[in-house]
Amino acid sequence: MIEAVGLTKRYGAKTAVYNLSFQVRPGAVTGFLGPNGSGKSTTMRMILGLDEPTAGQVTVGGYPFRRLPNAPRQVGALLDAKAVHGGRSARQHLMCLAQLSGIPARRVDEVLGVVGLQSVAGKRSKGFSLGMGQRLGIAAALLGDPQVLLFDEPVNGLDPEGILWVRNLMKQLASEGRTVFVSSHLMSEMALTADHLIVIGRGQLLADMSVRDFISYNSADFARVRTPEGEPEQREKLTSALSEAGGQVLPEQDGALRVTGLPLPRISDLAHGADVRLWELSPHQASLEEAYMRMTSGAVDYRSTADQRAGLMEPAPGMPPQGGAYGYAPGAPGQPMGPGGFPPGTVLPGYAEPPAAPQGHAPAPYGQSQGHAPAAAPAAPPAAPPAAPAAPPASAPDMTKRDSEDAR
Amino acid sequence: MTTPYQPPSAPVPPHTPPHTPPVPHGAPQAPQQQMPPQPGHPYPQMAAPAAPQQQPVPQQMPQPTPPPAGANPSQPYAAVGGYTSPIPVRGTHLGHALASEWTKIKSVRSTIWTLSVMVALVVGIGLLVSAGTSDDEYTNAPPTLPGFFGTLLGQLCLVTLGVLVVSSEYGTGMIRTTVTACPQRGRVLAAKAMVFFTLSFITTTAALALVAFAGSGMHSGPGVMEPTGDQMVGATIGAGLYMSLLGLLSMAVGSMLRHSAGAITAMLGVVLLPAILPAFLMMSESLQDLGETMQKYSSPNALASLFQLSDELGSGWSQLGVLAGVTGAALIGAYVLLEKRDV
Repeated sequence: MIEAVGLTKRYGAKTAVYNLSFQVRPGAVTGFLGPNGSGKSTTMRMILGLDEPTAGQVTVGGYPFRRLPNAPRQVGALLDAKAVHGGRSARQHLMCLAQLSGIPARRVDEVLGVVGLQSVAGKRSKGFSLGMGQRLGIAAALLGDPQVLLFDEPVNGLDPEGILWVRNLMKQLASEGRTVFVSSHLMSEMALTADHLIVIGRGQLLADMSVRDFISYNSADFARVRTPEGEPEQREKLTSALSEAGGQVLPEQDGALRVTGLPLPRISDLAHGADVRLWELSPHQASLEEAYMRMTSGAVDYRSTADQRAGLMEPAPGMPPQGGAYGYAPGAPGQPMGPGGFPPGTVLPGYAEPPAAPQGHAPAPYGQSQGHAPAAAPAAPPAAPPAAPAAPPASAPDMTKRDSEDAR
Repeated sequence: MTTPYQPPSAPVPPHTPPHTPPVPHGAPQAPQQQMPPQPGHPYPQMAAPAAPQQQPVPQQMPQPTPPPAGANPSQPYAAVGGYTSPIPVRGTHLGHALASEWTKIKSVRSTIWTLSVMVALVVGIGLLVSAGTSDDEYTNAPPTLPGFFGTLLGQLCLVTLGVLVVSSEYGTGMIRTTVTACPQRGRVLAAKAMVFFTLSFITTTAALALVAFAGSGMHSGPGVMEPTGDQMVGATIGAGLYMSLLGLLSMAVGSMLRHSAGAITAMLGVVLLPAILPAFLMMSESLQDLGETMQKYSSPNALASLFQLSDELGSGWSQLGVLAGVTGAALIGAYVLLEKRDV
């Protein structure tokens, strides 16, 4: 188990990691996510005792790393695939590491077999491709049969077969009861590998939750339903009908309803049964990748300038779906957005505090929907009153409105 | 610990884990458990600095599956012992580090090259000088002398190797792997120093002994100075020690500067400046003493003394002692910096 408490690292004036606290538990693959430069590697280096934290501390199995009596037998790490002396052969490289912790030589050939490098064991590692370097680094991490494993971007440079192998290896290592901590900047990769996620941005913790929770908070499907404008009683009728049928209904700012927990045909049937006309009934979906990007959008240090367009985004009709990353933001279309498509102050609350029943709203109705909801919800009146007046773009024609919603 | 969430703007976010039980959300899905609620904190034992691997909880390995919805919250991580290697974990010691450094130093080409060039220079130049001189040139000087000329160049090879032994690890990033595998950094430095010093001392002394004995064999007889035991020791072990210590000093400098080219340049300065600078210092009356001291302890002069080139130079052991002191100080500096700095 890895335990960090108030971990802080400053390099001169730059704070790379600030007040980071988390635990990585055995028996699961824990993904460590964050944009480039968010402090993932710095955190890994502090765990491994390479960098001394400016404040706070981190322990592995209860010990600070540098006090471990036999580190490679307890912690295996792949930090940088190229952190080898290129003039040494793969076998010699592993051999000198094995000797450092009293591991017998036959174990070297064993791990070379595990990572599939037997055929090049005698070759100097200078000529290795990035993928081969990753395999060599993984071999070094496995050498001591450790109970804690750290991998920094292990799939970089690997071919598809190698990526699959690494995925399965991680899962297998975790299933044996080991602690596996894997950093990546690819949400899609982590969604397939990890059981638990720790997300950081700008050196601070953004989320610490299981992948299941992450998915349920961030990528749930929902339906947008709109009833005819100027007829709040229709809206109320539909809301109660849907709630009775087991769906969660959440008003959106433009007067539409966000319905989760009911399939579209069922919503249609219920509306028909309640004698309510619908102006819109549309499916919406958000992927994990998008949720992750939105979560970290406020914390991205290195952003291409083309992205700035997102800040100027207006709900133009028929907009092509490349703006999809922000599409499910339930907030008002006209609301001023930060450059990341997100109001700067409100970036992540929904993600970081999963169990927090959204502020003051009675029965935690947003759980199934967007993590974003708590951020946007306070702007909208609570569920009960007919919120039709809160919809400013009232005069928009229906169908175009719908299109634009899709596009966003 | 579920979510020590810190809003980016908050200056000092609190770190208390939220103790509110997870709120069930989304009726169609079973209520999701967040992280296990904390009452039965499942890993106090793990946190205790007692035993990273002494909790054999066989047959209770947690499954890799994510915590099932609604499962007993403490279940997923119940097996707090986690994985325990079947092979017992034993502590490591300097012997392991020595074996590792020996593997390292013999498995790179720079070692082979620099040592071969050094031997070639010392033996080659020594034998050439020996062969090119006649007996009557050794009436006032011992026949072990020819070794001296090779050492002047050969010492630069050891400087290079000494620097590379450490700084190549920094250049390639290998140092991070090494220090991760052996977080006791001082031990790594000690092992490097011992392995490098032993190797270079044996190599140089063997090469010098070859030259010394060859020289004595080629030039003997009446009129030729018979090398005394003192001269013999100075020309082999003494000069070997001097060159190896110079290499060790280079290693310490390389460890402090962490940059191959920079450290080699610095060491060339250490070797050459005391030999060159006195010529300029002598011009000034007030600096004459400094210049003479510098010259006395300069590397060519020290080696010449060890070979007993002439009587007024002394035996050379005081210069050796000064170099040993400087090297020791540099090693302490390297150790302190290595322990303190981020790798």
